[in-house]
Amino acid sequence: MTLLRVENLSKEFGGVHAIEDLSFAINPGTIHSIIGPNGAGKTTLFNLITGVYTPTSGRILLDDHDIAGKKPFELARLGMSRTFQNLQVFFNMTALENVMVGHHLHLDRRFFPSLFRLPAIVRRDAEARAHCLELMEFVGIGRYADADANSMPYGALKRLEIARALAARPRLLLLDEPAAGLNATESREIDEVIKKVAATGVTVVLVEHDMKMVMGISDHILALDYGRKLAEGTPSEVRANDDVVAAYLGAH
Amino acid sequence: MMLSPRTGGLAALAFVVSLAPAFFPNAYFYDVAVNALFNAVVCVGLNLLIGYGGQISLGHAGFFALGAYGSAILTGTHGMSPLAALAVSAAAVGVLAFVVGRPILRLKGHYLAMATLGIGIIIHIVLKTESQITGGPDGIGVDPFTVLGLAVSGDKAWYWVGAGLLLFSVWTSLNLIDSPMGRALRAVHGSEVGAEVVGVDTGRYKVLVFTLSAVFASVVGSLFAHKNGFITPDIGSFFRSIELVTMVVLGGMASTFGAVVGAVILTLLPQMLASFEDYEAMVLGGIMMGTMIFMPKGLLPSLRAAFKRRRAAP
Repeated sequence: MTLLRVENLSKEFGGVHAIEDLSFAINPGTIHSIIGPNGAGKTTLFNLITGVYTPTSGRILLDDHDIAGKKPFELARLGMSRTFQNLQVFFNMTALENVMVGHHLHLDRRFFPSLFRLPAIVRRDAEARAHCLELMEFVGIGRYADADANSMPYGALKRLEIARALAARPRLLLLDEPAAGLNATESREIDEVIKKVAATGVTVVLVEHDMKMVMGISDHILALDYGRKLAEGTPSEVRANDDVVAAYLGAH
Repeated sequence: MMLSPRTGGLAALAFVVSLAPAFFPNAYFYDVAVNALFNAVVCVGLNLLIGYGGQISLGHAGFFALGAYGSAILTGTHGMSPLAALAVSAAAVGVLAFVVGRPILRLKGHYLAMATLGIGIIIHIVLKTESQITGGPDGIGVDPFTVLGLAVSGDKAWYWVGAGLLLFSVWTSLNLIDSPMGRALRAVHGSEVGAEVVGVDTGRYKVLVFTLSAVFASVVGSLFAHKNGFITPDIGSFFRSIELVTMVVLGGMASTFGAVVGAVILTLLPQMLASFEDYEAMVLGGIMMGTMIFMPKGLLPSLRAAFKRRRAAP
């Protein structure tokens, strides 16, 4: 049983093939990495899977249901959540409020009880606050709980996005370059966070350039180049693949 | 005892509005104060859309005017009770805002501003030209506001109606902002795609807050019509819409109390500057430009930040 299956997926931008005839599958409970040189189509692939872009052709199946063309908020309801390479933090809110927005789908969203602040809203909000604080501790940014998001350092914002995505209780979590812009120590800490998340049963898909991280934590790796599949397999298989080596170091 | 900002602010506002009449030198001040309160309520609603939701509307005076004309026509021509007319008008404006909001709130920035501007202008023109129903440019008389046979008459009575409505709208606005719905709304302002991927239907929230703010404007419009006893299409003019947005921006976007402060100041200022006579508009414009240059976040948020800095300093 696969969680996510991509079949013959293509995406064109004005004649440019960002993704071309790509097929692969992701099994539940695994850490799956997507690698490739800059411009290989990794982020485009993420945007297609999460509904930010609509495919030109091909199918994306979640639990064997075609989800191509569904909107991101509909996919969130089906258990998909993500982070962004270029941060999409709510800078007009506090860190904790950012995470609480992540918990949106599990909260009481009725209009009139919200308007009159009925006890049911207050109680569930208090529970959500406690839960989101735990998530912030879990990713290691507990001390920023009451900070305004626009006053936080870059590394903490990266984790804030992970906490926000986790607050949605996803089955499938997509992380777009979680270690980009972080130093070596911070990257190792993110490693640990990702492993802990996977250990709770969440399937993780990540795009990452940090090869040490990718090789260290992935169960499965998909290598892309020019929107096409270059190689796929376990870390050791991909590392030994001649095409992958050529794409990264230049053909010789 | 420490009060939360919500209860503390609300208590302070209640204190100010209940004591303010003691300082009114004459009856004319009540009239100005009622207008200030009415504007403040519209701005609290508009601030939900502009300050918290990050959207814009240059047509809200149109919704205000529809509420006013709805009440005038339903009570005058059709003999409906004022309270029922207010509710029916507000519901109709809500439906209209919902229907037009769905397509236009997909637009962003300048394009959304243009579209909302268009709505306001259309409403203004219809009120002017459908003179058989609306009385045309000459306006229309409105019956007094009565509830169960009791008439609200005189500026003093209207002051307390306005004060009560303002407190109610500030209270509900603060509640909404701090609820899951309100956070989702603010998230739409922060990052639409960021909100979408955690399950927020951003389109729905934008339409909802647009509708809600239009209903605020409509309800106040209805009360304004009864209070004034006479209305013209110019209460829905483009200039009025701009004035409302200016109040929100001047007071401080994403600050409910800021919207109140902005509305009160911009209602009172022209009165206070009356002694400048011909230069009144220039002085008013100068004050607004100065505020935006030196306090770009608006009066209340800028003052609050300055106060925090002073307290933090040793």
